[in-house]
Amino acid sequence: MSPSPAAPRSFQEIILRLQAYWASKGCAVLQPYDMEVGAGTFHPATTLRALGSKPWAAAYVQPSRRPTDGRYGENPNRLQHYYQYQVLIKPSPPDLQALYLGSLEAIGIDLALHDIRFVEDDWESPTLGAWGLGWEVWCDGMEVSQFTYFQQVGGHDCRPVAGELTYGLERLAMYVLGIDHVMDMPFNDPAAPIALKYGDVFRQTEQEYSRWNFDQADTAMLLQHFEDAEAECERILAADDTDAAGRRIVMAHPAYDQCIKASHLFNLLDARGVISVTERQAYIGRVRALAKKCADAFVTTEAGGAVA
Amino acid sequence: MADLLIELFSEEIPARMQARAREDLKKLVTDGLVNAGLHYASAGAFSTPRRLTLTIEGLSAESPTLREERKGPATTAPEAAVQGFLRSTGLTLDQLEVRDDKKGQVYFAVIEKPGRKAPEIVAEVLETTIRNFPWPKSMRWGAGALRWVRPLHSILCLLSDEAGAQVVPLNVDGIAAGNTTEGHRFMAPGRFAVTSFDDYRAKLRAAKVLLDSAEREAHILHDAQTQAFARGLELVEDPGLLAEVAGLVEWPVVLMGDIAPDFLGLPPEVLQTSMKEHQKFFSVRNPKTGRIEGFVTVANRDTADHGATILAGNLKVLSARLSDARFFWENDLRMVKTEGLEGMGAGLANVTFHNKLGSQADRIARIAALAREIAPMVGASPDLAAEAARVVKADLRSAMVGEFPELQGVMGGYYARAAGLPDAVANACKAHYSPLGPSDEVPTEPVSVAVALADKIDTLTGFWAIDEKPTGSKDPFALRRAALGVIRLVLGNGARVQPTVIYFKSIANELVRQKINQDPTVQLGLMEFPKVDDSAVLAAVHGLKAAAFDDALGRLQSKDVVRSLVDATVDKTNDLLAFFHDRLKVHLKDAGIRHDVIDACLAMPGNDDLTLLVKRAEALAAFLKTEDGPNLIQGFKRANNILTQAEVKDGVEYSFGADVKFAETDEERALFAALDTAEAAIAPAMGAEDFAAAMAAMAALRAPIDAFFTAVQVNSDNPIVRRNRLNLLSRIRQICLSVADLTRIEG
Repeated sequence: MSPSPAAPRSFQEIILRLQAYWASKGCAVLQPYDMEVGAGTFHPATTLRALGSKPWAAAYVQPSRRPTDGRYGENPNRLQHYYQYQVLIKPSPPDLQALYLGSLEAIGIDLALHDIRFVEDDWESPTLGAWGLGWEVWCDGMEVSQFTYFQQVGGHDCRPVAGELTYGLERLAMYVLGIDHVMDMPFNDPAAPIALKYGDVFRQTEQEYSRWNFDQADTAMLLQHFEDAEAECERILAADDTDAAGRRIVMAHPAYDQCIKASHLFNLLDARGVISVTERQAYIGRVRALAKKCADAFVTTEAGGAVA
Repeated sequence: MADLLIELFSEEIPARMQARAREDLKKLVTDGLVNAGLHYASAGAFSTPRRLTLTIEGLSAESPTLREERKGPATTAPEAAVQGFLRSTGLTLDQLEVRDDKKGQVYFAVIEKPGRKAPEIVAEVLETTIRNFPWPKSMRWGAGALRWVRPLHSILCLLSDEAGAQVVPLNVDGIAAGNTTEGHRFMAPGRFAVTSFDDYRAKLRAAKVLLDSAEREAHILHDAQTQAFARGLELVEDPGLLAEVAGLVEWPVVLMGDIAPDFLGLPPEVLQTSMKEHQKFFSVRNPKTGRIEGFVTVANRDTADHGATILAGNLKVLSARLSDARFFWENDLRMVKTEGLEGMGAGLANVTFHNKLGSQADRIARIAALAREIAPMVGASPDLAAEAARVVKADLRSAMVGEFPELQGVMGGYYARAAGLPDAVANACKAHYSPLGPSDEVPTEPVSVAVALADKIDTLTGFWAIDEKPTGSKDPFALRRAALGVIRLVLGNGARVQPTVIYFKSIANELVRQKINQDPTVQLGLMEFPKVDDSAVLAAVHGLKAAAFDDALGRLQSKDVVRSLVDATVDKTNDLLAFFHDRLKVHLKDAGIRHDVIDACLAMPGNDDLTLLVKRAEALAAFLKTEDGPNLIQGFKRANNILTQAEVKDGVEYSFGADVKFAETDEERALFAALDTAEAAIAPAMGAEDFAAAMAAMAALRAPIDAFFTAVQVNSDNPIVRRNRLNLLSRIRQICLSVADLTRIEG
């Protein structure tokens, strides 16, 4: 293995190194999806592209929101808005574990000094109707990534199988940089003329969103938006797949956007505490039904591997 | 003779699956080889996180030639029959033999299956094994269709004998078998070739892989104990964790660290659970204080800094985890001090227990009422039992139990003490869940016993009321375990409980609640129904339902509705009692008591008093082991058969009036005397529940009964003598049946 490069000095340097590393391994470096999602998996570059026969290789940062994890910026590790780094390669290459370990070296983890372990952790997303087998990757006892071989998405078998890597960027960066509280983490280079810490960028927004998520979000409106997103998703998918000009255009992505919306609205409602235990399952089932229909539609498109 | 070495090398196999996978690999391959006609001397299976290995010694070089003869049709048989025989044997006419038979000449087919060489068989068996391996969960990867627990990378398959080693030609979906493997992922990367199992094992060790999980376990245990001992501490042993950790490493390196002083105030169970669940750490205890003060983690490699970086990283993760735990602990304590433990559980009203059986709070109210009722039967204060029942589940709402569900009850105990509740209440928090399994300890403190019984009885009667009973292997609500729990609580404490009335009323309450939910207009009359007195309940359960309830229900408005609910409750109560009897038989069978002995005792009145029942069954079982026992049973059965036949024939019941003055022989008179003696001894013994004494008195009847049957013909020509003798037999029956229903004893 190559000697480890110098230790990174900031959060953004770790992101930039991951970008450079995966670009060098042939991934298309995509940009974050422009919608509120709970995890990088929701990006259509993962959810939809894991389906169908077409090869795919993409890497991207995805801002992710988990309203119930908000702690007003006070908890050293928990945030309602955080970043995931996501890699999806289909079919999964035989050396995916080695590629992954290379990425850890790229961000300054010396594999000769640390204890890296692959510990069973099967992944399942009830809202996406998706599951896979894999591990959580431990570095010295800390979970630094999720490593999954997708078996099913939206109720469809993945053939070929995509390998997915998800890095929790804040946690990983805090470990690499030796930081105890996320808000103290250097965002840009500490020697920069205007050195910014994570807290300078996000402390205030964590407070604002925590208050809105937990106390202020208008639940009646959110419920209505959920219903609207669900209805729009189903309407889009039920529309004739041939447009006025006679072109066949299945609107899988616009429909999937509505599914993403419904999922996030459900998370907000959950944070507001207005969803009972029994209702919870029903809502998750409704989002899953949308995800499944979107997957059904996607596999009939060219990107979904359908032969025209 | 040859030796076979197989290694299936993959990405990391879940630790929990490895032991089973080793056994499966051994069984599938050896069974396959034997079925194909090979034999072997010994086999051993091994696993590490990245490999499953099988070594077989003394494998035969080929399978024997098999010769099969099949008789066909006569040579004179129709053409179709001959053609059919040819098709079924796969031979042609000129290959058949013609032999003489009794009925003339017949065709014979002699089919010879030549033996096959071991490599051919091994390749076939291994491929079948790989394709059909019973992983609990398996997956596909890349563009292939093969399934394995995680991507399979290489197959090593080597047959070796004096002449040398050869790779068994085999290719499974593009993975060709070879003679190479890999060492430790980080410490010794790269492939190397091996020539035999010994060579393989030695080279793996040189490449920083300990092949045998038992060796890894022993190494971890030894190093952990030694390091703890060197610091005056002791390892808290945990065999389950040890096996799991040994399945996570190929080259175990034990590292010990201290828990920061800030966290030492946490309950030891919290430290232990947090470290084990989140980080797979062993706990290290200070034997002087009993506190958990350190931890052991097992890394998968040596490092130049002797694990310093790894230990520092683990400590950092631990401190983040324990900070969370301390936050939960302090928040929970604050809440308990301001709101009380019952206040902590207030939210249970919003937690559904079961959609038909209401919330956890509803359930707790029922358990409290039951605990109050049961308390006097187990020597507990009713008020204290009810108080305990109201708080024992409150910790389900604590932050700590939210994070670590396995600490339910344990945390309740701490929080109860913090809230200033009595010890009996605090102890019941954990104890009321017990016994959890057949080997779990049974609580003995009266308040704990009362609440534990109430908890389980509420579960059983609730699910019986809504017809959610275990079927076959399905028991999603662990009702068998609950019933066994009741049995062990009662027997373990020698408690005298007759729970039939409790079961009836609990089921009745639940059915009434459901009925009122459906139709509020019937409310008034229904509310009275579970309050009917105990004797009416018992009469109803024992089959006199209509009569027993009519008086009590006469003035109720909704009499018909109530009557149908009474009938349903009676049926469900009897069904639940029968379920208990089945569980009891299983439990006592493990204790060595035969099922017919239990049946004989179950047929007696008061059979819901399990302590009495078992006392009787134990005495009867002991009696049957004496020489008199089985002989007396024979005498009893003979008396009973003669009597029953006579009663059927004569259409009368011979139940009393035997008089010694009609006795004609000494044996008859002796039996009269013996029965008088036995009766006089048995009645008071039974009254005192001294079953052994009662059985001993009954045993004394054996000789007089045997003598009677040897000397006396019951069916005398003299009708008066005959009737007198039948009435005498009836006394035998009555006396014997007063002890147990001996008609149910087999043999």
